[in-house]
Amino acid sequence: MQTEQGLGARVGRWWTAGGEPRLSMLDVGLLACFVAILLIGAWFAEAFFTERNVSNLLRQVVANGLISLGMLLVILTGGIDLSVGSLVALGGVLFAGMTDRIGIGAALAVAIAAGALAGMVNGMIIARFKLQSFIVTLATMGIVRGCVFLYTEIPLSPAHAGFRDLGATLVGAVPVSMIIMLGCYALMWFYLNRTPVGRATVAIGGNEETVRLAGVNVGGTIVLAYVLSGAFSALSGAILVSRLGIAQPSLGIAYELDAIAACVIGGAVLGGGGGSVPGTLFGVFTLGLINNLLNLVGVKSFYQDIVKGGVIILAVLLVAKRRTR
Amino acid sequence: MPFLQMRGISKRYGGTQALRAVDFSAAAGEVHAIVGENGAGKSTLSRILTGAIPSDAGEIRLDGKPEAIDSPLRGQQLGIRMVHQHANLVPNLSVTENILLGAMPTGRLRWWIDWPAAHRKARQILEAIGFRGVDVRMRVSRLSASQHQVIEIAKAVAVRPRILIMDEPSAVLAEEDLRTLFALIRRLRGEGVLILYISHRLDELYAIADRVTVLKDGALVDTVDPRHTDRDGLIKRMVGRTLQEIFPRRQPRVGAGLLELRGLGRAGHFEDISLAVAQGEIVGLYGLMGSGRTEVARCVFGADRASSGEIRLDGRTLRPRSPRDALRAGIAMLTEDRIGDGLVAGLSIRDNVSLPSFAAMSRWGVLNRRLQGALVESKVRELNVRPAEIDRLVRMLSGGNQQKVVLAKWLLTQARVLLLDEPTRGVDIAAKKEIYATVAGLAERGMGILLISSELPELLGMCDRILVMRKGRLSGEFDRALATEEKILSHAN
Repeated sequence: MQTEQGLGARVGRWWTAGGEPRLSMLDVGLLACFVAILLIGAWFAEAFFTERNVSNLLRQVVANGLISLGMLLVILTGGIDLSVGSLVALGGVLFAGMTDRIGIGAALAVAIAAGALAGMVNGMIIARFKLQSFIVTLATMGIVRGCVFLYTEIPLSPAHAGFRDLGATLVGAVPVSMIIMLGCYALMWFYLNRTPVGRATVAIGGNEETVRLAGVNVGGTIVLAYVLSGAFSALSGAILVSRLGIAQPSLGIAYELDAIAACVIGGAVLGGGGGSVPGTLFGVFTLGLINNLLNLVGVKSFYQDIVKGGVIILAVLLVAKRRTR
Repeated sequence: MPFLQMRGISKRYGGTQALRAVDFSAAAGEVHAIVGENGAGKSTLSRILTGAIPSDAGEIRLDGKPEAIDSPLRGQQLGIRMVHQHANLVPNLSVTENILLGAMPTGRLRWWIDWPAAHRKARQILEAIGFRGVDVRMRVSRLSASQHQVIEIAKAVAVRPRILIMDEPSAVLAEEDLRTLFALIRRLRGEGVLILYISHRLDELYAIADRVTVLKDGALVDTVDPRHTDRDGLIKRMVGRTLQEIFPRRQPRVGAGLLELRGLGRAGHFEDISLAVAQGEIVGLYGLMGSGRTEVARCVFGADRASSGEIRLDGRTLRPRSPRDALRAGIAMLTEDRIGDGLVAGLSIRDNVSLPSFAAMSRWGVLNRRLQGALVESKVRELNVRPAEIDRLVRMLSGGNQQKVVLAKWLLTQARVLLLDEPTRGVDIAAKKEIYATVAGLAERGMGILLISSELPELLGMCDRILVMRKGRLSGEFDRALATEEKILSHAN
């Protein structure tokens, strides 16, 4: 390669390494929208830039953030995971139900393991029998939800003193849960960009047959994506019930929609072939901001749904436009 | 004045100039063949004429009147129809619906489809063009490739086109259907239709064409009368240079036996294939479409399972159950469809080249980026991929450079047997020459190579031996010194 060593030249090379700029004009447009939301927030809602609201916002974002991260992995393989909402409930009730008996750490481990196991079932059915992920996870969404209600029909709220630490503790203004979430994001960025299995995950969504013919274990790679999705959803559920102080068996209904939305806003393409960890993080924060802002302004929740829907369609339009160029 | 005039037509795809200022004209009531190697621009020219893609420059005149054919719809309105090699049919609908799509006869109140009338009409259309024996009620997905082509032809002819373009119909048509097609073509010619017949089978051209236009590297070389130009004259115009200039001079040093197939078969695809490839040997495999040549290679590579016979490598039996097994044993395969299953177009050269070799460039499940970069870069340099920037997305490369990336991928696996399926399809001449030189170099270093190709000059120029398949069986074997195009073709047909 070239031997220029100036910082400017190196940044320039990095910027256009793929043969096109890292951010297109459309991405810049999305970022501008994000900043605009921030400014509008500052203008209309006095409480917006207070320390209290910022740490609230950071806490609220974590639940969807973790689910979206798992969803991204699945979408990258060309699939979709509709069962995440039920897995959030599974992780939540198991964490709350076990804490008093076996302690915080062990309960968290059980919750995550249960999520991972359910994800493994998803992945194995999909990879082994080559079924559509939409249908399979639609079915497991119902099955897992039923199991959650079998486990408990009433809300659980454990007496353990440390139960609320996971979701509520702050380090300065930053919630511990947010630090955990960012750690997961960093880990998954590394996974997708620096490990063979991660690169294979990205490649499968681009062209599964090519990857199979390259001798890669395609089935195993796909299963792993669903396992991680299940684990992240369960972790999200544990953090969520810890923040709320109570675990409802009806927790997490329709959460898959926000997760898919965050991935898509971040440039993910349903069916595979697009999507990134930083993009998803951006999508998660955009959705979180919109929610937070509308709450502060006191808009009814169904208006929030309308606004969110509009934002999703806008994002998909932008992605589609970029691809047809 | 000729009925169709195309002037100064140019078209560029990414880094490849597909057409350079082509001036082409043809008269009504003639069968005008367009020939040329793969990538010469035949399909691009006809797609521009139908309005499927826009040209970068040039104009089209019909009857002397300039026409802007900016969409397939406009092309159809002007009476331009193309019969595609891959039929554009709706598989889960009946033959009738496919032929009459969008124009189904309806009952008196226009509420319902008049099925008896529809079937009658479809049957009439098929009979009028000489094809009988197709059940019009049948779902299209249950018909053969040849019958699909027949339906495509019926759709095109049913609207009484003024220009009918046929893209290598003989590649999929059964022999009997091809004879019927020739009769139909002669009849349409008599009715004043201009027929553009794209093919690279020279004997067909001598049977049917009034004039032949030769394209090479996107430029129009010559338009000749087949009655006054012999095969060698046509080939020379198509290839444009003597074979010695394109193909490397090889001194084959055939070593110990490497790959051997004994009576290999896959039910429904091919049977009783026995062949051997030794170290340093390039063995050619020729066959028409559907002869089973690709399927043989896929079985050796573990992409499909053989149902009978034996694969031996170094004298030991090998039963590859997946490409993973084959790669581990040292067998790699470059597939014929590089976009379909050879590359992940949205990823970089780096990712594509290292895909089968991740294990060798990582430790504890983490990629060693520096090692990966060095390995990929060495292959990219060796094969002269341009631009030689390994983080460039493969989608941004020209066809020839994409193919070099696929080749680089397999070379990095340290394979000892390389199965090449149409390695130079859709690749420009310069890249072709480089790929040939690379393949010859690999053989010189002891690799055993099975080269599948539908281009006879390629097989004759590269191989030590050439095997021919017909309808799933081996039908001939020729030494390089004794092989000719005629001999090979006569065993393939």
